[in-house]
Amino acid sequence: MTTLLSHLEGVEFDEEGFFVEPARWTEEMVPELARREGIDEVTDAQWTVIRFMRKEFLEKGAGPTVRVLGKSSGVSVRELYQLFPKGPAKVAAKLAGIPKPRGCI
Amino acid sequence: MKETIEKVSIIISRGSLDGIYPGLIMANGARAEGIEVNVFFTFFGLDAIHAKRHEHIKLATVGNPGLHFATWAGGLPGVSALMTHYMERKMGDLDIPSIPEFVEMIYDTGAGLYACKASVDLFGLEKNDLIPEVQDIITVGEFYEKAAGGQIIFT
Repeated sequence: MTTLLSHLEGVEFDEEGFFVEPARWTEEMVPELARREGIDEVTDAQWTVIRFMRKEFLEKGAGPTVRVLGKSSGVSVRELYQLFPKGPAKVAAKLAGIPKPRGCI
Repeated sequence: MKETIEKVSIIISRGSLDGIYPGLIMANGARAEGIEVNVFFTFFGLDAIHAKRHEHIKLATVGNPGLHFATWAGGLPGVSALMTHYMERKMGDLDIPSIPEFVEMIYDTGAGLYACKASVDLFGLEKNDLIPEVQDIITVGEFYEKAAGGQIIFT
């Protein structure tokens, strides 16, 4: 018999479900994080957005808003909302293990 | 779990730059949070979805104490155009989209855009006068049906 160990063991989340320590994130955590958001299987297009969020965060210190995502990730705003109906920047940030993107537009 | 808002219906009733942007920002921001959104354009707010007018929305410079200049100055020829231009440039620097682009973006987020029937009749407009992103021209009763179960924000 095998016991499945959660990759999220010991990971701390804030009350909205964002990583408290983004440095602890690894790609192996994504499928489990996605299931918490109601996404059973992460598609290639969703991966593109998640990796883009992570890269922007590492380069700039903050995740992009939907407007910025739509202009610079190569995925349109319409498609972003199809990929993440519960808020593209917000949900992708949770899956990318980064803080909630701030910005009103 | 924290308490959340699931749905908002935002009414845009004014036709000036400063009358339209707040509602659009609230609508776009709500969708970004995963909140279901309907936007209802009524009275002069219809200009925001009027195909020929939505590119020419002006900042209100008369009777706008927030601008902090003399009341008579706001009415001088060209002042509204000049202040609008100035405001648009500042917004552009902050990457705030123009009104036509913003409305299209909000449509792309999956929000519902609706025109008020009473206002459309009052101004003698037809569906063709409005941008194609507008789903429907609806009555106030239909608006309340769509707004049921959510919050209503009047701007």
